[in-house]
Amino acid sequence: MTTPLPPGIQLEKVDDRIMTLNVGPQHPGSGHMRLIIKVDGDYIVSCDPDPGYVHRGEEKMAEYRNYIQNIPHLERPVIHDSCNVLYPYCLAVEELLGIEVPERAKYIRVIASELNRCIYTLYWLAIYGIFLGHSTMFMWPAGDRELFIDLLEAMSGARVTHAYLVPGGVRNDLPANFEERCLRQVDYFEKRLKEYQAIFYKNPLLISRTEGTGILSRTDAIRLGTTGSVLRASGVDFDLRKKEPYDVYENLDFQTVVMKEGDSYARSYIPYLEMFESCRIIRDAIRKMPKSGSVRTKLKPNPKGGNDEVYKRVESGRGSLGYYIVSNNRPEPYRVKISVGSFRNLICMPYLLKGELLGNMPSVYWGLNYWPVEADR
Amino acid sequence: MSTIAPQFRLSRFIGSLFDIIFWVLLLFSLIGLPVVFIILFYIKMPIINHQLLTPYLALTWMADPSRTLPIIKTLLHTTFFHVIAFPGFGFAALLAAATIFVERKFLAKIQLRVGPLYCGKIEGILQLMGDGLKLISKEIIIPAKADKPIFWVGPLLFLGTAAALVSLIPVAPGGWVVANPNVGLLAVFATIGFFPIITVLTAWAANNKWTFIGGLRALHQMIAFEIPLILSLLSIVILTGTLNLTQIVESQQHFWWIIFAPISAIVFFICIIAELERVPFDLPEAESEIVAGWLTEFSGMMYGLIQLGTYLKLYAFAGLFTVLFLGGWNGPSVWPQFPADIVTQGITIGPITAKIAGLPLFDQEMLNGTLWFVIKTVGVILMILLPRGVFPRIRIDMLLHTGWYKLIGLAFINIFIALGLLYAGVLGPGGLIQ
Repeated sequence: MTTPLPPGIQLEKVDDRIMTLNVGPQHPGSGHMRLIIKVDGDYIVSCDPDPGYVHRGEEKMAEYRNYIQNIPHLERPVIHDSCNVLYPYCLAVEELLGIEVPERAKYIRVIASELNRCIYTLYWLAIYGIFLGHSTMFMWPAGDRELFIDLLEAMSGARVTHAYLVPGGVRNDLPANFEERCLRQVDYFEKRLKEYQAIFYKNPLLISRTEGTGILSRTDAIRLGTTGSVLRASGVDFDLRKKEPYDVYENLDFQTVVMKEGDSYARSYIPYLEMFESCRIIRDAIRKMPKSGSVRTKLKPNPKGGNDEVYKRVESGRGSLGYYIVSNNRPEPYRVKISVGSFRNLICMPYLLKGELLGNMPSVYWGLNYWPVEADR
Repeated sequence: MSTIAPQFRLSRFIGSLFDIIFWVLLLFSLIGLPVVFIILFYIKMPIINHQLLTPYLALTWMADPSRTLPIIKTLLHTTFFHVIAFPGFGFAALLAAATIFVERKFLAKIQLRVGPLYCGKIEGILQLMGDGLKLISKEIIIPAKADKPIFWVGPLLFLGTAAALVSLIPVAPGGWVVANPNVGLLAVFATIGFFPIITVLTAWAANNKWTFIGGLRALHQMIAFEIPLILSLLSIVILTGTLNLTQIVESQQHFWWIIFAPISAIVFFICIIAELERVPFDLPEAESEIVAGWLTEFSGMMYGLIQLGTYLKLYAFAGLFTVLFLGGWNGPSVWPQFPADIVTQGITIGPITAKIAGLPLFDQEMLNGTLWFVIKTVGVILMILLPRGVFPRIRIDMLLHTGWYKLIGLAFINIFIALGLLYAGVLGPGGLIQ
């Protein structure tokens, strides 16, 4: 007779053939998270994602700071995509405080967020490359990110955490000759993107490794609540920039990229194709942008929101990213809830990994466009 | 902090060389020479040929080429020298070190980087030395529940087996090979067969899930690719009728076997990439899946020994490819003939005429053969390095499918071609083309 277990602890019966692997948090193939994977030989029997290692309490922190003080720390969850992370916050606060945004600021915001989307996607692509053992695909995007980082540095003064978007517009106007420089770099970047395709996306080994693995059907993608590139890779035409256009996206010329396969290859290909669309948006926005004018509406000092609540969402690099803000006549928000795309995409990981080979784990995992720090907030 | 590559300046480099020479001479004359003389003061010197062996006399003898050259020449043909220096370990380790440096710079150029840059003034040429010193100075950590004797002996066995493979490669004509058994190719197969055992033993001994999975992957991979490797070389054996590697090289004086066995060459090339666990077949060390595979628990110089063994193995396989398919040391004579009158007439420098016995140290054939062997081997090594820049990792099921289905079938096709050529009387012993 075994000794009784302490309360709250239960024994798990495990087959002898099954080996439990803790992928992470100390593992080169996990982010700041853990995947508890049970393997039978080389096949994955079950996968249990265990996020929460980088929970920083952003939502609670937001309740103790006023609407302007909240800007820098709310972009910390995804520092590589900081403009897109702040975008819904700015939209929500503007609606809460009743601020009009100048027309030029709206275009600058779109340009900044598209540049930042490219930065994020290149970083994601670099990690995707090294996860599949392709070291050149790690170095090339990591180097080409510098183009956009330099542009955003010229715009905002910071290389990574820009804090460029503020309620009421953007922090400062574009520098001199920015349009010309931006167009030149975007032109160069599109040439580079074609080289990526030659070395990575048309690589027979990559295609044979990712095609037909981790298939997420259209119905499953909708039922599991995935978003962003994962949803579009499963054949659902859903992009918030088209479906619920915010700021000036309805005036701009671009397309939603959709693929029907729903496998790892499609999930890796969609963000790449979206970078072409980002380049189109940037070019179009620079053409249509008013050449001069105010870029920021002056706020009252320490503005108070009414007794109101508001929900705004945008399309970030990882899918729809929403802010739900409740205010109660105070300078600080009463409650800030961040709804992130990463966490919703993580939910489908156990379904995708079941029955796959262990060698498919990196491509499926990183193809979900999951950012552990954002999911933990 | 931004780092800007320093511009290489020849003047500064030469200046630093003079600096180094100055300090070496200064320290030698201030510390080295007094120490030598203090030691000599207390040692009783022997009498040779009725002469007291003073340091001056010893230096005179050492500077006399007619005395030293025959000694050096004899030393060059001893087995000791063969094993330690030229066709053996020293030569292979030098090529391996050069390979590591070239690989890093080569890959960096593909990836639009600069690679090692600072260590050693010229393009980071001493980076490898720095890395080696770092590995030596690091602590060796043994996992608590590891099987310690096997875990300790694993890297040594790996290095030893790789060196055994190196010893079978004939480098130059005239007996420049460490071991030349009549069944050389069979010995190569036997040596290759040790690697999976060592890998699985060390992986099991480390008592870690990742090393275990990595070891099993390495076992699967090596066994799956050993069979097509052996089969691909059988066509060479059929065509030459010998297993002796030196004779296989000598049979390629007029044409290389890659002309008659191209499929075998391709199969063998793919197999050596898989045996070496290089991209795209680096599954046993796939870091995004299984940390570092069977190398996970190695630290410090144990890891360094395994890396050295891996690069020795790389050299050995590239050399084997050269020997079997690219004609080994055969090539047009590009090395200049050693002037014969130096031996008979002596060297005349101004008023002095010196007659030196024992020259030349190496004959022209050997130098020419070594040159061609090194050029071909380095070319093969570069071809082995190249996939690392352009390919992602392959998956285990695709790997086994490639090994067991495709490569074995291809190897058999070339065996039939070789048999056809043999029985048609075109090639082989007594064939039309010799």
